[in-house]
Amino acid sequence: MSDPAANVTNVTPTLVHAKGLTKHFGSFEAVRGIDVEVSKGEAFGFLGPNGAGKSSTMRMVSCVSPRTGGELRVLGMDPETDGPKIRARIGVVPQQDNLDTELTVRQNLQVYGRYFGLSRSAVRAKATELMEFAQLTERADAEVEPLSGGMKRRLTIARSLVNDPDLLLLDEPTTGLDPQARHLLWDRLFRLKQSGVTLIITTHYMDEAEQLCDRLVVMDGGRIAAEGSPSELIRRYSTKEVLELRFPPGEQSGDEVRDLAERVEVLPDRVLLYTADGDAALAAVHARGVRPVSSLVRRSTLEDVFLRLTGRTLVD
Amino acid sequence: MTNETSTDLPAPSPPVTPRHGAGLLLRVVPPGLYAGRAHVLVERSYLVSRRGWMSVISGFFEPLFFLFSLGYGLGQLVTTVEGPGGPVPYAVFVAPALLAASAMNGAVFEATFNLFFKFKYAKTYDAVLATPLGPVDIALGEAAWCLIRGGLYSAGFIAVMLGFGLISSPWALLALPACLLVALAFAAVGMAAATFMRSWQDFDLVQLAVMPLFLFSTTFYPLSVYPGWLQAVVQWTPLYHAIELMRALTTGYVGWGALTHVAYFAVMVVIGVVVAARRLGKLLLT
Repeated sequence: MSDPAANVTNVTPTLVHAKGLTKHFGSFEAVRGIDVEVSKGEAFGFLGPNGAGKSSTMRMVSCVSPRTGGELRVLGMDPETDGPKIRARIGVVPQQDNLDTELTVRQNLQVYGRYFGLSRSAVRAKATELMEFAQLTERADAEVEPLSGGMKRRLTIARSLVNDPDLLLLDEPTTGLDPQARHLLWDRLFRLKQSGVTLIITTHYMDEAEQLCDRLVVMDGGRIAAEGSPSELIRRYSTKEVLELRFPPGEQSGDEVRDLAERVEVLPDRVLLYTADGDAALAAVHARGVRPVSSLVRRSTLEDVFLRLTGRTLVD
Repeated sequence: MTNETSTDLPAPSPPVTPRHGAGLLLRVVPPGLYAGRAHVLVERSYLVSRRGWMSVISGFFEPLFFLFSLGYGLGQLVTTVEGPGGPVPYAVFVAPALLAASAMNGAVFEATFNLFFKFKYAKTYDAVLATPLGPVDIALGEAAWCLIRGGLYSAGFIAVMLGFGLISSPWALLALPACLLVALAFAAVGMAAATFMRSWQDFDLVQLAVMPLFLFSTTFYPLSVYPGWLQAVVQWTPLYHAIELMRALTTGYVGWGALTHVAYFAVMVVIGVVVAARRLGKLLLT
């Protein structure tokens, strides 16, 4: 087979290879031909607004959703024919927790391990270890339902590790969590990455992507809009710094400063100047006699890239 | 299909080797649908039932209440009824029918409620299908659990029948396996039906199907009560076959016709499991 993923000269093996991958639901095209390569040990991100096709892609990679067209190989196998073999070696954290509400925390981990064919004694040991990892030991024999959102999420992540997966798929792992819970989760994911687990994460939180991902793609409308490391993307699609000028609503037009930056964006209450040197731009603004209510010079973030690529209008 | 990359990757950590005994099914069912690990679903159900044992026990008493109310209460008035081999006391006539009906009731409600809840609300099966298990594992595992539970109830009821002298033949030893077959058939069809349900309101339809079966399938009086054409209709319904089978076994008048009953349920099992597994796969693996 002529498979580009099977490049033997490649030192790090490719765990996920997709080429022209599509997914249709009836006449709706959720994924419209994407090319993705994820290497072993990498933390790879899918960024995009709701409805961009991130979850559909994740479901195809986790072998619970047949692809409509294109190539897809996961761990070197075809999900269509080797679904169970692939699923045996991956961990999945779905967008919505689907913990077994009829079982306790410990039983959730044990029973899930049994689904993977682990022995009863092996799952007992594994459950203890994973509850430690997810800081759930004190709730070991508690029901799942009354747990907080953060605890449930941690349990779902712990559950996804029960088979020591080579590849971990996390669909919006921290959506809906408070900052403490998010940071704890990030810490756990970072540890997993350190221990060599390959991560694929979807998110629409830019700080999450910057924290966790070595490389990412921005998806929009079922297609890939950009690809690279967070810093590469910022370099390519934004400027080093951003000057934000705040005006009373309706009093800014941006016209008087338009030539002071590479790109100027006018929002209802603010004007954003994308420039390499924010302080210089601010000085130039003041020199023109423009008097904003307040001003702020900051570094460009992935959020600027994201909004530039996917637009500011609401998608769904 | 082998791929060069796969040699670079570590060997699969958990073994995917199927269990012994699952061999035949593994060969006929496509690999994505069946991992030969249905017994793990039974383990799960057992763990759940340990926490809610009251509801498990309650299922045992229902047919007993019917037996005392009808067999002994109504039996005072009716005295004897025409059984398979001549007139028998009413309790002897009605007890095997209640045995069959309880196997049906237990299996149908366990299968439909349970499956519907887990598949529509708890999303239990979405999590299961993210593992190597497939929809056939789920369908078989859940059917097997219905069977174990139903089997315990049936065994209890048969013991009570024996204690009250309502069993007059060693053929009754086969009543328990017959109950298991009947329960499996109703569970399989119930599971298949559950995959078509849209909301809890649809369970009224289950009730609507089960109630007339319970009342009219020669449970309380012999088939000869009906006019000829209605007899023909009743003879096509599933509970009729279950009741006739049980009655033949507990009274000892077993003919070749018993095999027809067995075949009827075997067909039900196959249709139910195939439809349930297909529907689960279609609905959950989109």
